Amino acid sequence: MYKIIKKEKLDDAIYSMWIEAPEVASSVQPGQFIILMIKEKGERIPLTVADFDREKGLIHIVFQIVGKTSEELFTLKEGDKLFSFIGPLGKKTEIENYGKVITVGGGTGIACIYPITRALKEAGNEVISIIGARNKELIIMEEEIRKASSELIVTTDDGSYGRKGFVTQVLKELLDKDKFIKKVWTIGPAIMMKVTCETTKPYQVETIVSLNSIMVDGTGMCGSCRVTIGGETKFVCTDGPEFNGQLVDWTEFMNRLSRYKDSEKKSWDLYHEHTHPCSCGRGTN
Amino acid sequence: MAEMIPPKERVKREQIPMPEQEPKERIYNFKEVPLGYTQEQAIYEAQRCLQCKNPKCVPGCPAEINIPKFIEKIVEEDFSSAYLEILKTDDLPAMTGRVCPQEEQCQQVCILEKQKKPIAIGRLERFVADWARENNIHGNLPKISKKEQKVAVVGSGPAGLTCAADLAKLGYEVTIFEALHQPGGVLVYGIPEFRLPKSIVEYEVKEIEKLGVKVITDFVVGTTKSVDELTQEFDAIFLANGAGAPRFMNIPGENLNDVYSANEFLTRANLMKAYLFPKYDTPIKIGKKAATIGAGNVAMDSARTALRLGAEKSYIVYRRSRKEVPARAEEVHHAEEEGIIFNFLTLPVKVLGDGKGNVRGMECLKMELGEPDDSGRRRPIPIPGSNFLIEVDMVIDAIGTSANPIVARSATGVEINQWGYFIIDDNTKTTTKEGIFAGGDIVRGSATVISAVGDGKVAARAIIEFLSSGKSLRKRF
Ligand SMILES: Cc1cc2nc3c(=O)[nH]c(=O)nc-3n(C[C@H](O)[C@H](O)[C@H](O)COP(=O)(O)OP(=O)(O)OC[C@H]3O[C@@H](n4cnc5c(N)ncnc54)[C@H](O)[C@@H]3O)c2cc1C
Ligand SMILES: Cc1cc2nc3c(=O)[nH]c(=O)nc-3n(C[C@H](O)[C@H](O)[C@H](O)COP(=O)(O)OP(=O)(O)OC[C@H]3O[C@@H](n4cnc5c(N)ncnc54)[C@H](O)[C@@H]3O)c2cc1C
Ligand code: FES
Repeated sequence: MYKIIKKEKLDDAIYSMWIEAPEVASSVQPGQFIILMIKEKGERIPLTVADFDREKGLIHIVFQIVGKTSEELFTLKEGDKLFSFIGPLGKKTEIENYGKVITVGGGTGIACIYPITRALKEAGNEVISIIGARNKELIIMEEEIRKASSELIVTTDDGSYGRKGFVTQVLKELLDKDKFIKKVWTIGPAIMMKVTCETTKPYQVETIVSLNSIMVDGTGMCGSCRVTIGGETKFVCTDGPEFNGQLVDWTEFMNRLSRYKDSEKKSWDLYHEHTHPCSCGRGTN
Repeated sequence: MAEMIPPKERVKREQIPMPEQEPKERIYNFKEVPLGYTQEQAIYEAQRCLQCKNPKCVPGCPAEINIPKFIEKIVEEDFSSAYLEILKTDDLPAMTGRVCPQEEQCQQVCILEKQKKPIAIGRLERFVADWARENNIHGNLPKISKKEQKVAVVGSGPAGLTCAADLAKLGYEVTIFEALHQPGGVLVYGIPEFRLPKSIVEYEVKEIEKLGVKVITDFVVGTTKSVDELTQEFDAIFLANGAGAPRFMNIPGENLNDVYSANEFLTRANLMKAYLFPKYDTPIKIGKKAATIGAGNVAMDSARTALRLGAEKSYIVYRRSRKEVPARAEEVHHAEEEGIIFNFLTLPVKVLGDGKGNVRGMECLKMELGEPDDSGRRRPIPIPGSNFLIEVDMVIDAIGTSANPIVARSATGVEINQWGYFIIDDNTKTTTKEGIFAGGDIVRGSATVISAVGDGKVAARAIIEFLSSGKSLRKRF
């Protein structure tokens, strides 16, 4: 169970894996996520389902090396098995034929927005995708996204590829130009999602974000993932992960993401005293 | 074999106190607090039992254990038979022996309770179960032929495990679906190691698996598969998914970084073993001064866990008075011994932050007791203008749990009441859909391990009746 069937490098710090999990693959929908544990002593980390193959019973995950667990995951090889793999969790994306929509992905969020983009297009929408990263090397899944959308615009902060600048600049231009944009989806770093929502707000275009709060069980049992949405407390794992981004209390959300900063650093440092397996350059002196 | 002593002698004897780890020592470790009777102590205590003709203790036990009989076996030094006697009706004796509120059940109705020295039934039960485990004594595996009917059990807490065990003993094919990566329910994720060592839970679950019960972990009924889908694969279903959703006070500041639900705090500490961080990867953040809101077993467990994890001060904040505290007397006693500070008649109204997301204090109101409320306890009433500040840097909400709707939402025709609990027929645990049964906390709201065990037994009997009459959830062609 939970065998790693295929592992790929997308860039220096982003990797993808296909995991054998037939029960999850049989019922998963775009927008949902899984929680995995590498080993019995490991922590439970949530990852979005970036793609799935129902027939073969496989789930595709894309992860960025940001700390100990994601780095340890990176050290696993094809054929290795995970200790635990739970899902699908969370609500699925509300896919309808809205007309003309935009999906915005940044960093690993590009992978997470892919199944949503594809499903929106399949439902008959005209989908404009904007994906962005710091530089050319960090742009992932470009071809898949291009195929899944009606139009794709790529941005890099340093201008090494596509348009120079942030995804939000392109988004603003599109909204200025086209009054018929019905809805926007955005997945990426918290700060990017926040700025995206600020960008769309004056245009009154509903903007859906997918929140990556810190979780434990992922089934509504602990409340670790709670956020304030329009003044009300919600659980990201069961009420989300997608929410109307204009209603999110971003300050609280970002504060809560830093709850375990000190422990995370300790974990990372200890891990690197023994080993420094990845080539991402972080923490390896 | 120890001798039977004359009844007069029995009545004269005092109850043997439980040997315990010293408070000074135990607040620095997660080892079990009560150490358990030695063989000599167990026999001495067992000899006190009057062996009543009409024992009151048996109906006092929701699992219907034949208490005088297993105690007699202890006196005979036949611990193995004592164990098999308990196993007839309780498959989780090492656990129930530890966490049952015996003082409100079997021991409360013990004839010797009148003299304030009831037989220490729980301690004897624990002794027997521990002895059997250490001496490799196991229950007899059923010798009956396998039946072809299949039963699904949702949730591996005490209700699910008991129901599964009872069905497996009669040859039914039982599969338990568990959302977490480890079976046991609250016994693994909620109750701390220092009260219920996880190796014991693991052991008793393994014993049940030996009966032929299949446990599938990492399976969230409602999302991995719906109850509706399970009805196509199984002949009957028992829903025992517990009342797992945490409740919050809904006061300002409750989403600050250092505010935990007891569920999150205890799950990190117990299930994920954050107390062993960084050997285990899951972190937990402990303040210098921790306030736990509530005064049930869950609150005691949280406050005591915070202390062990390094909090310098650990407070219990409770809106009623000492008299109304719902936790077991033993837990309150242990907490006090360990230096937990109790703030009674205190109602938190606001958690205060430092502007960066961290907790710096809690604003509270003083309360007074008014007329009795629906629960029969005197209603706490806030004293206007009595606001005051408790300086704390972490808060744990332990004010109860409610129903998690995931399972119910996926079960067509299975009705819930206004609180989200399944509506059942009390005698058979049948829900509003024939063939689907429910029990434990998801029916009663947060209750006790033994009442969950009791529900599991009643449901098992009803399921057997349902299946024996040729009925099934599945459409057979
Ligand atoms: C619904 C959801 C979907 C996600 N999808 C993806 C994805 O597709 N790809 C991806 O790379 N990342 C995704 N994440 C984030 C991912 O879970 C974290 O990056 C991962 O847990 C980091 O673990 P670590 O030990 O490597 O890093 P740590 O050193 O533990 O932490 C690094 C960062 O990760 C965050 N984090 C730590 N623990 C958790 C946790 N248990 N849950 C959530 N965040 C945590 C912290 O806030 C911190 O900023 C998702 C998160 C959620 C909630
Ligand atoms: C901290 C704490 C201390 C306690 N102390 C005591 C005590 O000292 N004495 C006492 O008698 N009682 C105590 N209790 C109460 C007691 O533990 C519960 O009443 C009892 O465990 C209820 O049993 P249950 O089988 O109904 O549910 P649970 O034990 O809650 O088990 C339910 C199981 O179902 C699983 N589940 C939930 N949803 C799904 C799903 N969708 N799919 C699959 N599986 C699912 C859960 O993960 C869980 O494993 C305590 C409770 C807590 C939280
Ligand atoms: S992760 Fe525990 S409730 Fe959401």
